[in-house]
Amino acid sequence: MLESIGVDDVEALFDIPEKVRYDGELGIEARDEPTIKAEIASMLGRNEDMVELLGRGHYDHYVPSVVDQLSGRSEFLTSYTQYQAEVTQGFLQALFEFQSMLRELTGLGVVNCSMYDAPSAIGEAATLASRVRETSGNRVLVPDILQDKRRDVIENYVAGPEMPVDTYPTEDGNVDLDGLRSAMDEDVVMVYVESPTARGTIEEHVAEVGELTDEFDAMFTLGSDPIALAMLEEPAAHGVDTVVGEADVLGLPTSYGMGTGLFATKKDYVRQVPGRLVGVSEDSNEKRSFTLTLQTREQHIRRERATSNICTNQAWVALRIAMHMALLGPSGMLELATESVERAADLAERVDEIDGIEAPVHDRHHFREFVARTEAPAGQIADDLGEEGFAVHVLGENELQFCVTGVSDDELDEFVSTLSEVTA
Amino acid sequence: MTRFEQARYIQDEERYEPLLSEKDSTTVDVDGPLPDDLTRDDLTMPEISEPELARHYTRLSEMTYGVDNGPYPLGSCTMKYNPSFTEDVAADPSGFVHPDRPDETVQGNLELMYTLQRYLAKIGGMEAVTLQPPAGAAGEFTGIMITRAYHEYHGEDQRDEVIVPDTAHGTNFASAAMGGYEVIEIPSSDDGRVHLDALEDALSENTAALMLTNPNTLGLFEKDIVEVADMIHDAGALLYYDGANLNALLGRARPGDMGFDIMHYNVHKTFATPHGGGGPGAGPVGVCSDLAEFLPNPQVCKDGDEYTTCEPEHTIGKVHGFQGNWLVLIKAFAYIARLGDEGLRDTGAKAVLNANYLGEQLDIDIPFRPFHHEFVASGDRDATDFAKRMLDYGVHPPTTKFPHIVKDALMTEPTESENRHSLDRLASAFNDVMGDSDEELAGAPNYASAGRVDQTKAAKDLILSWQDLDAE
Repeated sequence: MLESIGVDDVEALFDIPEKVRYDGELGIEARDEPTIKAEIASMLGRNEDMVELLGRGHYDHYVPSVVDQLSGRSEFLTSYTQYQAEVTQGFLQALFEFQSMLRELTGLGVVNCSMYDAPSAIGEAATLASRVRETSGNRVLVPDILQDKRRDVIENYVAGPEMPVDTYPTEDGNVDLDGLRSAMDEDVVMVYVESPTARGTIEEHVAEVGELTDEFDAMFTLGSDPIALAMLEEPAAHGVDTVVGEADVLGLPTSYGMGTGLFATKKDYVRQVPGRLVGVSEDSNEKRSFTLTLQTREQHIRRERATSNICTNQAWVALRIAMHMALLGPSGMLELATESVERAADLAERVDEIDGIEAPVHDRHHFREFVARTEAPAGQIADDLGEEGFAVHVLGENELQFCVTGVSDDELDEFVSTLSEVTA
Repeated sequence: MTRFEQARYIQDEERYEPLLSEKDSTTVDVDGPLPDDLTRDDLTMPEISEPELARHYTRLSEMTYGVDNGPYPLGSCTMKYNPSFTEDVAADPSGFVHPDRPDETVQGNLELMYTLQRYLAKIGGMEAVTLQPPAGAAGEFTGIMITRAYHEYHGEDQRDEVIVPDTAHGTNFASAAMGGYEVIEIPSSDDGRVHLDALEDALSENTAALMLTNPNTLGLFEKDIVEVADMIHDAGALLYYDGANLNALLGRARPGDMGFDIMHYNVHKTFATPHGGGGPGAGPVGVCSDLAEFLPNPQVCKDGDEYTTCEPEHTIGKVHGFQGNWLVLIKAFAYIARLGDEGLRDTGAKAVLNANYLGEQLDIDIPFRPFHHEFVASGDRDATDFAKRMLDYGVHPPTTKFPHIVKDALMTEPTESENRHSLDRLASAFNDVMGDSDEELAGAPNYASAGRVDQTKAAKDLILSWQDLDAE
């Protein structure tokens, strides 16, 4: 090969000035496959084996093996963005099916092929609002119970366009409608509401918020997820303009916070939507075929005037989510939603029977998780539970949050008895 | 001539494979534990048995071309082979923990992340690294936000411009704009590199940063990089390195040594994590010591034998809800560990050797030289048609019509994964297309699972779901 290029040494191909060449050692020792496997197994083996009653944006719904097997097919895994539609019809169709199933769940006409995670999707929704809404300002309102982590990400997304982020109050884990109304003015371009919320409550005032945001011509963005949406009222029917959230409650196990952002909005906004869209067309054989469409919105064509900088997304997780949804079907999805309500309510009732704990704190319906109030310091209880192998969220001095997703009935029994012991 | 035929089963006259909704769809009443006014009336979704699901997606996979199917020389995307064992290590259930677990209970995850931060810092010549950005563009955005925070901290809020060369990736322009900057595009010089006079003219007290790819998208090393870095720093601005083309330099040159202050790594390019049909990737960001305290929250730190999460003093906050794309990061760690110092250097050498060997075999003009891991050929044929015709020869085409300064650009990056035989096959695909008639190019592809897809119709009809299709 060198000969055909006409050089003696591969080094001759490098046109790097001497002064910036690196001659040092990086000090990374090469290991063979079995050694690395053993090393990583030993490293990850240092993680404590705990029963996690954790949620707040990342959940552990069981993913059937067939999803791993099929999504692991190397054509899916080793392909990239479908710039050449003719040789990627399969992946394009899978993404089109993903878009369609989420359209069914949200009632909204445009669903993109994914964002990174829920917080980045909320940030993108805010900038979408500033492009499509004619309000005099571009203030964003988020609930006072939003996770700090999410708010942190949103603040970065809106720093460029200088969109202030303010909070509106909640009352007993739901939107405080009077409080929201007082926070509204003609400068508000987007109101963000969650259902289920960070504290596990189901929002009861979606329709009222829809009317209020309409009155002020602000975009109404709802944070939710595919399992909750299988049961809850269809967002579009209640004035929601945009739905965002973690789509990966299906298709992805607990993976240390790796997510996949759901992004659905009205078809009116299609030319301002961030991310990739798959559309239907016809090929030269006059057969139905699929292709990425409206790419002129995207960074590789529109550059600094693109709707977003997103290029690489979470497509492979979207594929897995679509597989999981198709396997569950509507009854399977509803079953998961039902369990999420019933098991959370059941655990709350059992926790409430323990002296020194009141649960749920909010007099609302809950989904997957709920907040409990403790007489003793919550941090101490969490530490004691940790000693016994249970991980829970500490929200404040006297608040804990428990999530039932991915926790077996036996584990919940053991948790309840351990909780009574540590609070006794 | 080698011809390749992709799976081309044809279901019927209308379509190649029915949609899930056309296979089986069910409507169920929603009658659950919640009051009616909070729930929907019914839900209609596909419902497919496991064997049907297996056949549907196996079929769809057969209609998808990946690196495991053949050469995939998509320029600047570094479509190298993804080693199988990295999938196994990422599937270790011990790593599947919740991100809100206390540090002391997830020492394994933290140790892996800390070690990967150190590996990347060494490879890039950087002081500190964050693993949080979930993609290259997210890394750019993180770098831009660090730039903003740094200048604001030093009371230089007037710096509202980011300079980007005309050959840069589209994400550079978009990321700078998202971060609130005005983008100043500068033309390249005749030799395809940064035009120093144009840079001098563009620089001012308003310059926040220059974003640069090196080797650039033409595959050329920016030989004046030290002068460029001095100019940027003298102007009080920062120098940003787009890591898309880092593969060429592995172990041989480091952005930090060239004077770059911030860089992102595309682990799905350089470190072989699979591209997954568009993602997930990961875009860690490295910074020099002056910028370490501006990194996203949290960083993974080491305190004695314990690994902890810690908050940098002037942190920009968060760019991902949790810790980034963890499953991707494990694979990158495993890949780097497998290669080590020598393997990394060898990777860069082979990537550059392969690109030069391939370039040498082509009967097509490559206007800018000497190139490294990728080159931009210009066939004087419509680049889209050229690419579609390449599909008929069983290879994935290069990136087309980019960078814009080359007419009908074919941006080609074979990567180190291809052997000589495969490169020869790729070369004959290029050369055969050059010899084909305009009609043959316009009529391609003929052997892919679909014929040429009408892009205009898709954008005009905007059918984005099966509900739209039913409404037709």
